[in-house]
This record gives sequence, structure tokens and C-alpha cells, in this order.
Amino acid sequence: MTSRKTAIVLGGSSDIGRAAARAFAKAGYDVGLAGRDVAALEPDAADLRARYNVEVGLHKFDVLDTASFDGFAGALPALPDVVISIVGLLGVQENAESDLIHATTIMRSNYEGPSLILGLFAEKFLARGSGTIVGVSSVAGDRGRASNYVYGSAKAGFSAFLSGLRARASRGGVHVVTVKPGFVRTKMTEGMKLIGPLTVDAPVVGDAILNAVEKKTDVVYVSGKWRLVMLIIKTLPEAVFKKLKF
Amino acid sequence: MTLVSGWGRFPVVDSDVLRPRSFEAVGEAVVTGSVARGNGRAYGDAGIGAVRTIGMTGFDRVRSFDPATGRIRLEAGVLLSDLIDTFGPRGFLPFVVPGTRFVSVGGAIAADVHGKNHHCEGGFGRYVDSILLRTGQGEIIEISREQNSDAFFATVGGMGLTGVILEATMRLRTVETGWIRERVISASDLDAAMRALDAGDAATYSVAWIDCAARGRDLGRSLIYLGEHAGRDELADGADVFPVGKNPGLSVPIDLPSMTLNRISIRAFNELYYRMGARRAGGSHVVSLYPYFFPLDSIADWNRIYGRRGFLQHQCVIPEVGARAVLADILDRVATRGDASFLAVLKKLGQGDGILSFPLPGYTLALDFPVKGDILNFLDEIDRLVVAAGGRLYLAKDARQSRATFEAGYPALQRFNAIRKSLDPAGIIRSKLSQRLFDEVQP
Repeated sequence: MTSRKTAIVLGGSSDIGRAAARAFAKAGYDVGLAGRDVAALEPDAADLRARYNVEVGLHKFDVLDTASFDGFAGALPALPDVVISIVGLLGVQENAESDLIHATTIMRSNYEGPSLILGLFAEKFLARGSGTIVGVSSVAGDRGRASNYVYGSAKAGFSAFLSGLRARASRGGVHVVTVKPGFVRTKMTEGMKLIGPLTVDAPVVGDAILNAVEKKTDVVYVSGKWRLVMLIIKTLPEAVFKKLKF
Repeated sequence: MTLVSGWGRFPVVDSDVLRPRSFEAVGEAVVTGSVARGNGRAYGDAGIGAVRTIGMTGFDRVRSFDPATGRIRLEAGVLLSDLIDTFGPRGFLPFVVPGTRFVSVGGAIAADVHGKNHHCEGGFGRYVDSILLRTGQGEIIEISREQNSDAFFATVGGMGLTGVILEATMRLRTVETGWIRERVISASDLDAAMRALDAGDAATYSVAWIDCAARGRDLGRSLIYLGEHAGRDELADGADVFPVGKNPGLSVPIDLPSMTLNRISIRAFNELYYRMGARRAGGSHVVSLYPYFFPLDSIADWNRIYGRRGFLQHQCVIPEVGARAVLADILDRVATRGDASFLAVLKKLGQGDGILSFPLPGYTLALDFPVKGDILNFLDEIDRLVVAAGGRLYLAKDARQSRATFEAGYPALQRFNAIRKSLDPAGIIRSKLSQRLFDEVQP
């Protein structure tokens, strides 16, 4: 074991997860990658080792299997300094409107699972008196929109959970970061129409997460433009907002 | 279908773009009329599939690295900018870098790109030991100088036409610092410029910026930039051993009106640039590798200054013997026209390694022109001078040369075609460039 700091990324095979892992490894952290398919994480682990000469551990993690969370956290070789949840599922809004199973999966993947696992790490961090929790939420959680309110409402719940956790944990030496990336060019958004000036590449999000952890930022809009866009969207009167088709 | 273009934004054509994320998905994506595309820095139609374009930038992993030998295995979509940022601070750099660092490894192999050191250290392909290639037939094979060597030498410089480059093993150079000791020489005319480049053969890096607006007595006046990797003892106190490669600070957010670059602004720019450079000439000083190798990378989307219709880069190489008269003829015609822009470069090349690699021993001249007026006819005229001199054009920059020009310039074409056919008998791999210059014309 080295004496370096460690960061564990939940959802390590996503593009933002890979980018976050690279940013932390580049900054000298040993990294843990957690995901459903551990074998699929192996090439990313090799990439991090080759690039940054850091230790990389792989861990099986399924965000829907909440019963396994206690065992997951307990089985880690050491309690990490930073835990980052990138886990989420965009799903298909149209299907989620009538398919309750799909809607449930979206809600559990974006709210229940990420909140429970980060809450569990928070308890361990508070017991130790240090640590940083990062939850990647979404601007979609700032206001429910017609085009993606199932996903958005789950992200809203996650953002609220992180906000409350931050207020409580800050008294115990534990910092909580909420990240709202906006549009990111990733596998998840492949084929979607994204607005160029409001869209960033995954490495920008990875760097923003590292920066927020090091500077102890509370809420990060990766592109400052989004803070403004969402401020406008949030302040529109409901009578106007409900007529918008986006 | 999607409208796609290269860096020059001419031509703009239809091609279906897919971005597979696994080798299996590459197999599923390839249909008849496909070619791989890296970061889209080929200027013309080389990186556009006849029917489908296979975007490879999602393949951005390093597979392994051995610091003892500098040997690295990586996926084809890794950008040189990423390699430099990641391995530079550890004391390793690519042996060969082109004028932009935003190219993929796969693209750099396919174009067998050259850098300012081609005259003495060869091109990108020289430092590639092996390539994992998915042929048009769907076989995934490892190719090297020893194993499937025909396929290897056809793939280096083969413009992606032998198949999809998936991975490569290459060697990195060890450096003490990320700084270059630069010496600027001002040359008042073409003869002086060529003499200075000849004298610069001993330098690791050499390149001339040439004032393509200067005429008469000043024809061919240039600034020659020679460079060597700087050692730690040459750095100023407190300087970072490896400077940080900043993301572009400036950007060109919109297409500028095509009149932005006109005879007067181009002349004025060239005059100013030459005078400022000439003032620095003489002594040597240490500069960061980023402005030395990649002067235009500091301006994002600089291709937009040429306006909506795009631009053409004409890059030829003229064999050494008799080059002076041909270069003078070309430069005189260009200066008389007056619309070539500030990116005019003259440099010496050595022998290329791949069957279709662009370099041959001689002088390469690169000129940018906005797409307008009779520029296509004018470039055809220049091509006749190039062909008559035994020269050729760089396929990675090309968007418009004729088959006759291409065939005259690349006498090894028959051999390339035979190897291509053996790897891809059904003709699956086709780009817009191959349709224009290589493929049998459909009756």
C-alpha cells in the first residue's frame, strides 16, 4: 500500500467516470473503479496504470442491489478519501410514462441507489472525521420538464439529498460536492441533439470534479452558462413554463 | 446522413457517422464504403467514408507503457495532445509531431505525418513497431515490419484504405525538458532560404515560414526556425521542466466573412510577421514546445477565418535537384495572385517509409487559399509544375487534385493497390478520397 490518497469512482465505466478517474490519477490519487461488469473495467484500469503509474483497484458494484451496499463498503481494502458517484440512467421518458418498471429503474438508478451508497460512506467518513463525497446530479433536477421529468425528478431528489447531507456532514469534517454537468458528449448522449455552446466533453467534467474536491466547492455547474440558463428556467412562472415544449 | 467535412471545410459531403466503442461494434459499423476517421484534421476528403465514416476518438486508452524502453501500446483514437500532456511531464514525447497536436495516433499513421525533423529522423511511421488492423474482410491482424510487412508498409501512409487501425505499438523519445532551443535565421530571398535550410540539415528540427506575398527581389524571403531539445541546465531559474499545454485561449467563434483575408490584409500581415521575426533573428533562445511545434493550436477553430466556403491547403514536395527554379515559379505565381494566406511553410523532407507516404528527398511547400473564384484552375496549373518536376501532393491535405496528378506523383500506386485488394477483395473500405483518386470508376 502506498500512502497516497485514494478516490473511488462508482460508475467507473461511464465516460464521465473514466474522465474523473483520469483526473484524480493524474493528480496523484490511487483509484478504485466500481461497476457492474468488473472485466469491462480492466482496460480502463490498465490505461490509468500506464498513464499515471498509480494503483488501481476494481470493485463490483450494482446500484440497484442496495442489499449489497453494506458488504461493498466493508470489503474495500481501505476507506477511501474521496467517493464519487457517477451512476445514473437517462432512460427513455416516453417509455417511462407508461412502463412502471422502466420508470422505477430510472428513479432507483438516479436517486435511491446513489443516495443510499453515498449516505453510507458519509457515516463512515464522519466516524473518521474526514472525507469528500461527490454526487453527479443533473441540471435536469433543477426543474421538472415535460421531456424528461422522470429522470429529472430522481435527480432533483438526489440533489436534495446531497444538499441536506452537506449541511449535516460539514460539521463533522466531511465535504459534499454536487455536480451538475449540463450537456456532455458521452455514450449516454450519443445521437441526441445537443446545443454546441452549452456542451462540454467528458474530460472537462472530470477536471471540474477534481477541482471542486480540492477547492471544497459545494455545487458545481460545469459550464457557468448553465447556472444562468437554469436560473432563468427556475424563475419562469409555472403558467408560462407549462406551455414550453422542452 | 450527416454533412461532413475535413479541417479545410471543403468539400462538405454526406456520410453516415458512427462512433463505435468496442472492436465488435467497429465490425458491426463497417459497411461497403466505410473509412475510419480520427480527430478530423485531414484537410480534404481523406477522413470521410464514401457511405459511412467510423469515428475512432472513443478509443482513447493507453494499453501499456514501459518507461525503460519508451515503448507504448495504445488505441488508435488517442490524440497526440493527450500523449504529450500525459507522458511529457514523465520525460517522453512522440518522435514525430505534425503542425497540430490535435491528431489521433491512427490518423498520424494513416497519413504517415511528418514533422520539422523529417529530414533527419523520418516520419511518424518510422517509430511505429506494429499495428492492430481490422481489414476490409473483417480479419483483425497484427502487422509489423516482420509480420505481414506488405500490409504494414501499405497501412503506414495508406490513408486508412487498408482497413481500420485499432491499436498501435510505438516508441517515444526521452527528453530532459519540454522546451526547445530555437534559433531564428532571416533569409532575404529564396536562395538564402534554401541555403539556410540546407545548412539546417544538421539541426534536429528545421522549418521555414515563407512570405508568400513578397515578390521580385524579395521573392521567397523567409524566417528559418531551427530547434533542438533543451536540457535542464538551459532553463531559466524557476521554469517548469515541462510547460503546461494550455487549451486554446483564443477561438474563432463564427465564420468570418470571406473578405477578411484579402490582398491587403495578407500583405500587411506577412510584412509585419517577417519584420518582427527578423528582429529576433541571430541568437538562440529557449521556447516552450507548444508554440514551437504547434503555433496555430493556440487559436481554436482557426479554420473558420477563411469563411463559410472553407479553404484549400496545397502541399507539394519537389525533388531536390532542380527544386529552386520550380519553387520560384510557384511562389511568383502565388505572389502575383496575392490570396495565399499566412500559413506558408517551406521545409526539407527525407525519404518516406510507407508505400504511399508523401515525403521524398526534396523541399515541401505548403500554402493555404480560401475557396473562391478560379482557385481550382489556378491549383491545377501549379500541379502541372509539380508533376513536371517529379513531385507530388500530400493526400492528407488534398481535396481536389486530379487522378492524373496523383498517379504521376505516386509511382508505387500499383503495388499499393495490389496489397489493398488482397486485404479487401470486396472493396469494403472506401473514402471520398479513394473514390476520387483510387477506386475503379463504376461503369
